[in-house]
Amino acid sequence: MRGNASEPSKRQYGAVRYVYLLTIIFLTLTGFGQMPVFKRYYIADIPGLGWLAQFYVTHYIHYLAAILFLALFTYVIVDYLVSNPKRKKITIAGYVRGAILAGLVISGVFLVVRNLKGSMFSPEFIIFLDLFHMGLVITFLTASLYCIITKQKWAKDLNLDQ
Amino acid sequence: MGQEISRRTFLRGGMAAAAGLAASSIPGAAAAARAEEKNQLATLFDIRKCIGCEACVEACSETNADQYPNPQKPFPKMYPNRVPVEDWSEKQDVTDRLTPYNWLFIQHATVNINGEETELTIPRRCMHCVNPPCVKLCPWGAARQLENGISRIDSDLCLGGSKCRKVCPWHIPQRQTGTGLYLDVLPSLAGNGVMYKCDRCYNRIAEGELPACIEACPEDVQTIGPRDEIIKKAHALAKEINGYIYGEKENGGTNTIYVSPVPFEELNKAIEKGKGKPHLKPVKDTMAQANNLATAMILAPVAGIAAAAGKFYKLTKSSQQGAGQNERERI
Repeated sequence: MRGNASEPSKRQYGAVRYVYLLTIIFLTLTGFGQMPVFKRYYIADIPGLGWLAQFYVTHYIHYLAAILFLALFTYVIVDYLVSNPKRKKITIAGYVRGAILAGLVISGVFLVVRNLKGSMFSPEFIIFLDLFHMGLVITFLTASLYCIITKQKWAKDLNLDQ
Repeated sequence: MGQEISRRTFLRGGMAAAAGLAASSIPGAAAAARAEEKNQLATLFDIRKCIGCEACVEACSETNADQYPNPQKPFPKMYPNRVPVEDWSEKQDVTDRLTPYNWLFIQHATVNINGEETELTIPRRCMHCVNPPCVKLCPWGAARQLENGISRIDSDLCLGGSKCRKVCPWHIPQRQTGTGLYLDVLPSLAGNGVMYKCDRCYNRIAEGELPACIEACPEDVQTIGPRDEIIKKAHALAKEINGYIYGEKENGGTNTIYVSPVPFEELNKAIEKGKGKPHLKPVKDTMAQANNLATAMILAPVAGIAAAAGKFYKLTKSSQQGAGQNERERI
C-alpha cells in the first residue's frame, strides 16, 4: 500500500519538481543579480551569462520566475490541503522550508508593490524588506543544502494500513 | 483511494485559496500608494531665460559642501583588479559635468532659432523621476524617495556599487571611492565608495526654504510647485512660445520639466554628451516593463488554485466512476 501510494505521488510531482527547481535556480540567480556582483566577479564574462550583469533583464526574469513560482506554490498547497492530508504528512524539514518560502513570497509581494509607480513605504521598511528577503534566500539555500545532504524530504507517506 | 469531498476539505481548499488571493492583493496596495503621487513637487525650467551664469552651480556647491565626500587615502586595494577607482577629490573644481562634488552643471547648445544662431544654456541635474529606478532598484535601500518626490542617496548607507547610475536613463549619480560604509565591511571585496547626486536641497525644502539653485538664480529660470500645477504651467508656457516640453513623460514622468523654444531632438544633437553629461533623448518608462508583470502575479495564484482544483475534480470523478463500476460488477 505504501509503495502504491508513493509511486503515483512521485509521478504526480515529477513535473512539479522540475519546474520548482528551475524557478528556484532562476529566482536565486536573478535575485543575486540585483546586486552588482556578477560583473565584478567575472561571472557575467562566462559565455551565455552576460545577461546576469544587465539589471533590467535580471529584474524582468526575476518577476517571470516569481510568477511561475507563485502559481506552483499555490498549486502545491491547495493540492496538498484538498487531496493529500490523509496520505501524506509534512515533515519538520518541509514545514521549515515552506515557512521560509512563505516569507520570501510575502516580502517579495511587498517589494513588487514598492516598485510600482507612486508607492510610498518608509525607507526603514524598504531596508528591512531588502535585507529580510535576501536573508531568507540565504537561509533557504542553506536549509535546502542541509536537507539534500541529510536526505530529508518535504513530506512522508502515511501508512494507510494502520 | 477514493476521495470524499467533505466540508472540511472544502474549507481547507477555501483557506488556501484565500491565502493565494491575499498574496495577490497587489492592486489594492498599489491604488492606495498611487494617491501619494499628487504630493510630489516638480520644478519647471524655462530654458529661454537661462544665461549660463552658473550662479545656480555655485549656490549648489556652497550649500551642499558639507555633504561632499572626504575620502580616506590610500584607497583600499580592491579585488578583482577590474574594479575601477573613481576619485574626484583632486578635481573638486570641475564644473562642466556631474561629479560627486558637482551635482548641477550647465550644458551649452548652439541652435538655430528663426534663422538666427543662438546659444542656449541648460542647467542639468537629477531629474527626480516620479518612479525613480535608482531608488526602486537599489539593492540596499540606500537610495530613497521622499513623499515630496525628491530622490536622494543616503551616503551613510550607500556602498557605491553604482547600480543606480547604470539603471538611471541619464546616468546621473557619480561615485567617489574611499568613503562610506564599505570601508567598515569588506572594502577589498564589496562596494566601492558612495554615489552622489542632487537631492534638490531636501533639507532646505523641509524647512520651508527654496532649493539653493532656485534661490540664487538671477533670471528666475526655475519655478517649483506641486507637480500637476507645474505641468499645467509648462503646457501653458509651451503653448505661449510655441515650444517643446521634456521631462513630463520621460521615464514614465519626472519632476524636472524643461520648456524649450526648439525641439529637444535638436538640443540633444547640439549638447556635449558623455560621462557625467546627460543626454536629452526621449526615454521610455524603464520600470514599466517589469511592473506590467504585477498583473500576471495577481493571476498566478489563481492559476495555481485552478490547476489544483482541476486535478482534484478529475481524481474525484475517476474514483466515483471506479466505485460505480465496482458496484455494477458486484451486482
